[in-house]
Amino acid sequence: MRRFALIALPYTWLLALFLVPFLIVFKISLSDIALAIPPYTPTIKDGFSALIRGLDFENFIFLTTDDLYYKAYISSLQIALISTSLTLLVGYPMAYGMARAPAEWRATLMMLVILPFWTSFLIRVYAWIGILSNEGFLNQFLLWTGLISTPLTILNTNTAVYIGIVYTYLPFMILPIYAALDRLDDSLIEAAEDLGCSRLSAFWLVTVPLSKNGIIAGCFLVFIPALGEFVIPSLLGGSGTLMIGKVLFEEFFNNRDWPVASAVAVILLLILIVPIVLFQRNQQKQAEADT
Amino acid sequence: MFKTLFASTAAAALMTGAALANEVRVYNWSDYIDESLLAKFEEETGIDLIYDVFDSNEVLETKMLAGGSGYDVVVPSGTFLQRQITAGAFQKLDTSKLPNIENMWDVVESRTEQYDPDNAYSINYMWGTTGIGANVGKVREILGEDAPIDSLELVLNPDNMSKLADCGVHFLDAPAEMMPMALKYIGEDPDSKDPEVLAKGEEVMMQIRPYIQKFHSSEYINALANGDICVAVGWSGDILQARDRAAEADNGVEIAYHAPKEGAQMWFDQMAIPVDAPNVENAHIFLNFIMDAQNMAAASNYVYYANGNKASQEYLVEDVIGDPAIYPDEATLNNLFTTTPYEPKVQRVVTRSWTKIKSGT
Repeated sequence: MRRFALIALPYTWLLALFLVPFLIVFKISLSDIALAIPPYTPTIKDGFSALIRGLDFENFIFLTTDDLYYKAYISSLQIALISTSLTLLVGYPMAYGMARAPAEWRATLMMLVILPFWTSFLIRVYAWIGILSNEGFLNQFLLWTGLISTPLTILNTNTAVYIGIVYTYLPFMILPIYAALDRLDDSLIEAAEDLGCSRLSAFWLVTVPLSKNGIIAGCFLVFIPALGEFVIPSLLGGSGTLMIGKVLFEEFFNNRDWPVASAVAVILLLILIVPIVLFQRNQQKQAEADT
Repeated sequence: MFKTLFASTAAAALMTGAALANEVRVYNWSDYIDESLLAKFEEETGIDLIYDVFDSNEVLETKMLAGGSGYDVVVPSGTFLQRQITAGAFQKLDTSKLPNIENMWDVVESRTEQYDPDNAYSINYMWGTTGIGANVGKVREILGEDAPIDSLELVLNPDNMSKLADCGVHFLDAPAEMMPMALKYIGEDPDSKDPEVLAKGEEVMMQIRPYIQKFHSSEYINALANGDICVAVGWSGDILQARDRAAEADNGVEIAYHAPKEGAQMWFDQMAIPVDAPNVENAHIFLNFIMDAQNMAAASNYVYYANGNKASQEYLVEDVIGDPAIYPDEATLNNLFTTTPYEPKVQRVVTRSWTKIKSGT
């Protein structure tokens, strides 16, 4: 009985928070657009058999007829991959520094990583507009130092989107890597050095492989939300920044076509299932290794 | 002890919630009212006013069609109102509760009937035109003294736009306003729903898109006023607000608004009551308050938009009633056109074409 309750809890959670919403969205994606409340047809009110007969895959077929959608998926993947790599490049040294810092500093350093979360995400992204715009702090500083003579155009380009994503998701990269490095036994590195490794090769041969799980976890935690990101590209990106989150917004708000918007969302979810399953397996392997 | 305390606090909170139910929830466009009117309403009626703002018809319509928005009064523009009435999103007004409705102006009412037959569901709040705002000094410096600042030639002719590009040009991010403008420029019916005609409009926009710095529906007010950009295609009152902000800042920027001489689009923002509004009674009280001549005049004097209230005209300041950019003369009025909503299939063509214009894809 107790065992059953233990299993039932996570499954109820999964059912209520994932499967039911997904089925609702999936059902809308098979419907047709209508000028009504809600703006699609058929609905439950039409009766079960009419509901089943009214559903079809027309919207998914439509997505293949216009190159906008696959271009947006490809471009989102590209932006998410590049920004995940950049976040790793920035985050790893920071996590490494934290793990190597004297024990009495670590709590403070951890605090500094988490502190930005106390401010609203939206306000922090807005702050970047003030920093990156043509008249912004960054350009004024660079002009003042004489490094540049005309302002750099960063805002409303993909560069600004990368900066925004790296900044926003950096803690998600640092924390799992830090957790992995923190557990690292220093005597292993000493042993490697005793056996003739230089400090650099000890880092590559011992530290990096042992923090692999942290790196993988961090990369997924950044990649998955970055792929469907909407706020950052719409505030910092330009009209040329093509991301699936923006396409979804346009389908929903500008075309007011909930069925097609839902179809776009279903495909996005299917694309995300691959990394999510890989992430899950990595976590499981790690848990098994720990026990 | 703690538990009882918690329970009684919760109960008290719930009861105050019920006691406070004498309220009205209004959802209006941003920067669109004299805020002292909101305090005045609460003072006169004793009703709590919850005032939220939005900046696009699309967002409002999505809320209306999802249902259960919780708002008592909302302000869609004409074509959007028409679609939402068809979808069954609004309830008919009870004119017996709106004595001030006699203040309304027949000239405007005859035009809004196109969207809301007999004006059964809505009252006009403000109306205006979509046109061209120009930084007169800079544009003349670039294009010469006879720069066509009152003509679509300024913003839709690639020759002029290529010269203005460096100085900065913003366009509204609103295909339902920009496509009709492009069609008007090439002499087509601005209200056309024919995909082939719409493609010609797209062609016009594609030629000038490289020279447009940004598509945005509110940033141009500040950008024009600060002198960051030279030209904006935008809504009349917004550009006039930019003109006044520049004049107040005394920064040497002179902004002028013109409804294009080829013809400009006229739009109407209508106040309506959602079908599922929780406080219908108070919503009528609010509408009646807004239709009061002096209140409506205060709003127009503040936001520089014309209103649909005839009686308010005697309280309007000369800057508003005497400005042909706000209250156009008879000749200009005849030159204005209105549009009707797109069908879903056509809407898709227009949105797709707008995405192409904005992103090149």
